[in-house]
Amino acid sequence: MKSNKHTPPKRAERFLLWFLRRDLVEEVLGDLDEKFYQTLEEKSVFKAKLNYWYQVINYLRPFAITKSRSINSNHYAMFRNYFKIGYRNLYKNKGYSFINIGGLAIGLAVAMLIGLWLHDELSYNKYHENYEHIVKVLRNDAHRGKKFTSPSLVRGLGPLFRDEYGNHFKHVVMVRARIEERVIANEDKMFTQAGYFMEPDGPEMFGLNMIYGTRDGLSDMNSILLSKSVADKLFGDTDPLNKVVKMDARWDLKVTGVYEDLPLNSELKDATYFAPLKRFLEGWSYDDVWTNQHMYIYAQLNPESDPKEVSSVITDAMLDHIPRGTNNAQPELFLHPMPKWHLYSAFENGTAGMSDRLKFVWFYGIIGVFVLLLACINFMNLSTARSEKRSKEVGIRKSVGSLRKQLITQFLSESFMVAMLSFVLALFFVYIILPWFNDLAGKDMNMLWTNPWFWLCGIGFIIVTALLAGSYPAFYLSSFKPVKVLKSGMAVGRSAATPRRILVVFQFTISIALITGTIIIQQQIEYVKNRPVGYSKEGLIMFRPRSPEYWGKYQTLRTELKKTGVVKEMAEANYPLTNTLGNNGGFEWEGKDPSFDPSFNTIYVTHEYGKTVGWEFVQGRDFSRDLQSDLSGIVITESALKLMQLDDPIGKTIHWNPSWQEPASFTILGVVKDMVKGSPFKPVRPSIIFPSERDLRWLFIRVNPQASLSEALPKIEAAFNRIVLSAPFDYQFVDELYNAKFQEEERIGSLAGFLAVLAIFISCLGLLGLVSYVAEQRTKEIGIRKVLGASVTGIWRLLTQDFVTLVIVSCLLAGPIAFYLLNNWLQKYDYRMEISWWIFILAGSGALVIALLTVSFQAVKSATANPVNSLRNE
Amino acid sequence: MKETRLGEFEEVILLLVGILGEEAYAFKIAEEFESQTNRSVSIGAVHSTLNRLEDKGFLTSEMGKSSAERGGRRKRIYTITASGERALEASRDFKLSLWRQYPAFATGKLDFGLK
Repeated sequence: MKSNKHTPPKRAERFLLWFLRRDLVEEVLGDLDEKFYQTLEEKSVFKAKLNYWYQVINYLRPFAITKSRSINSNHYAMFRNYFKIGYRNLYKNKGYSFINIGGLAIGLAVAMLIGLWLHDELSYNKYHENYEHIVKVLRNDAHRGKKFTSPSLVRGLGPLFRDEYGNHFKHVVMVRARIEERVIANEDKMFTQAGYFMEPDGPEMFGLNMIYGTRDGLSDMNSILLSKSVADKLFGDTDPLNKVVKMDARWDLKVTGVYEDLPLNSELKDATYFAPLKRFLEGWSYDDVWTNQHMYIYAQLNPESDPKEVSSVITDAMLDHIPRGTNNAQPELFLHPMPKWHLYSAFENGTAGMSDRLKFVWFYGIIGVFVLLLACINFMNLSTARSEKRSKEVGIRKSVGSLRKQLITQFLSESFMVAMLSFVLALFFVYIILPWFNDLAGKDMNMLWTNPWFWLCGIGFIIVTALLAGSYPAFYLSSFKPVKVLKSGMAVGRSAATPRRILVVFQFTISIALITGTIIIQQQIEYVKNRPVGYSKEGLIMFRPRSPEYWGKYQTLRTELKKTGVVKEMAEANYPLTNTLGNNGGFEWEGKDPSFDPSFNTIYVTHEYGKTVGWEFVQGRDFSRDLQSDLSGIVITESALKLMQLDDPIGKTIHWNPSWQEPASFTILGVVKDMVKGSPFKPVRPSIIFPSERDLRWLFIRVNPQASLSEALPKIEAAFNRIVLSAPFDYQFVDELYNAKFQEEERIGSLAGFLAVLAIFISCLGLLGLVSYVAEQRTKEIGIRKVLGASVTGIWRLLTQDFVTLVIVSCLLAGPIAFYLLNNWLQKYDYRMEISWWIFILAGSGALVIALLTVSFQAVKSATANPVNSLRNE
Repeated sequence: MKETRLGEFEEVILLLVGILGEEAYAFKIAEEFESQTNRSVSIGAVHSTLNRLEDKGFLTSEMGKSSAERGGRRKRIYTITASGERALEASRDFKLSLWRQYPAFATGKLDFGLK
């Protein structure tokens, strides 16, 4: 017989055996063999084998497939049951589940927000392509044995690096060492924009994402690269390439490219344009190449160069070139790599110290971990306290044959479900809160939906929390002897509550400290906001006309503005009202100690300045245009007077000999109240104010108090545009600028408030966990007490007094801690309030009331319960 | 309740089981089906149907003898049960009653030798 030589294809057989139900194997193999040998005899070997395969494939039918999957479906049913029981449990205790899941979700959401914030801080500048290789050149100057670090460098260094150290660098790019505000105009559309003047290699080195044009757009002196948003403002949807814009009404620059807006977490985030450095330097004298420190120098290292090695090579590069007499500061150069720019830029004596940003990264990181930990522990506590109710369920499950392993799986899968729910809820919270948080943090953070790390962390967290929270019921409850639990219920010693007590004290201490902190920060801000500033901020407009067209037209504009009726007065000054630039020494006055040379804030103003800003005179009078002699008069502030210690200042003469101007004498005309121009938290700078008839940079407009701003502004703008066409009316309100100085403090305040609310919430959860645990333990005791005649208030007191003690202990702990920390914080500010004792009382009693409410929620429930229910099960 | 109606394929298979008697096992039934109907069928399809019919209670089966051409493996022999026979009868009677109501058949225009 042929059949001896040929056998059915082995592979097909193996495949069949892989999926075929065991009890069918014999008959099926037999049938298929018969078919095979029959085909073999009638047809060919090939046909027989092919047919065998065909038959095998045709056995892929539900009835014939091995039941391994049906074993799976048993598991499935089991898990479904676990989840169903879990769900029913959650549903049965709606309030508790809500608090528990919500609490964990909030903790998780906060941790996520902080995580996003940290991610943003740590990914600073990563937008730039050559992130790894870009460096900034910094300079250490020695003064009195200490080193001071500065990024400003002389202009001669750029070419020097290129010529003599070129083998280390791929690009060396000099950038004007200050962001420049310029007016950029396309015919009648004009905007004041901030940007940098830099050398042609810059766009390539920083890796700008070009939308139009190429990165090679700055080689011509009369070119400019615009950011997408500026290009859109100026040109709408049309292609801006090769169009011409006017800068400061002076230069025609051709748009050679448009780049994607730089993200907020980039060093160059504020740059809305890049213009050629040559444009900036045109007409600049060559005398100061080695003295004027007005450049930043960025460089891209060759891939094989190490910043440290190159630093040591270039460290003394300047010394041979700077003129003798200016090198006593012994400038040393070094390279600061881009990954360190954001967090490691606070130099102290030449080395990168702990910057505020780095402090915040640590601070928030710790808070994040902490919040998460507390939320987890609370979650565990609450779950545990509740799970003791289920000891009967465990008993019954065990009596009907559940294995311990299965019970463990059950409790773990349940807590897994809850953790998962919390995670989803947390994602939702974060999604909702993120815009507000971005606002608060001044960032542009997005959900990292596509970041694998984000999901990995999330999943990791779910697993860890689920394991932690589920471990107690899973491993402890499942170990009970069914007879014992079913007969007499749980008997756990009260000592189990001790760690929970410590936790509650811990949480409340933090909460109370945070509440105190929030109140004190708010009070300090309020206190400083109410500080008298020496001028009237409201209805005062400040702006800088950036066009040569305006020069010499001060009086014309003033008359024009006054004609509108909405302007009371207008004036100019060489510095804005919101900073303390312009400081000089070299003053002499009667009775001055010769060795004493204080520095004053010196500003030049037009005669109308006092009336415009609203000076308050203490003595003397304002400048007057009627008296020519007033041009050599001065007005001083109260603190300047105090410094000079003149008894009768009016009419006294002051000599001034600054190094950069001819010495002259001035007469004191008046003394005004101190003007708070710099930080409102700092002591005020003593000022001397000089009158001037030259063109000054900053313009101040006092709006008529009777006129509303909304009607005044268009009229002022129209009047301005009648005289100056080539500059936009980009005004700022002085009171808004002033309020902006509180931004940092207000940010800390809102954050502390946010954390305080959160902390108190989390603490209450912890407390609730503890009280419900205790109430559960003492159900029978309460029942018996009630039967014996205890009143509801009596039982309420019994249950709450322990916790009140705990909160009072927390108050006592939190008071000194908060006082110490906040007193330290306040020391930062020269103008500060005194911490008064009632703040601590307020915070403590507030926390006590909230805690009492939380505890009473459970206590009243237990106290009003019918004792029959708790006692009948004996 | 299990579906007790017979499908066309099921009916044929059930009949073949009856026809083959002692030789009614999956391979043989498939062979017989192919030779009687000239339609090709896989053993798996037949097996699946036999299995279903057994579930419905129309067939019973037991392992039969082994034989050499099967490599010494035994075969599963199927037998019609009483309810299987009743189902066949019901199916036939139902169709006959339909035929009887068919006018062309009643007037003798169609003749299937079933008078």
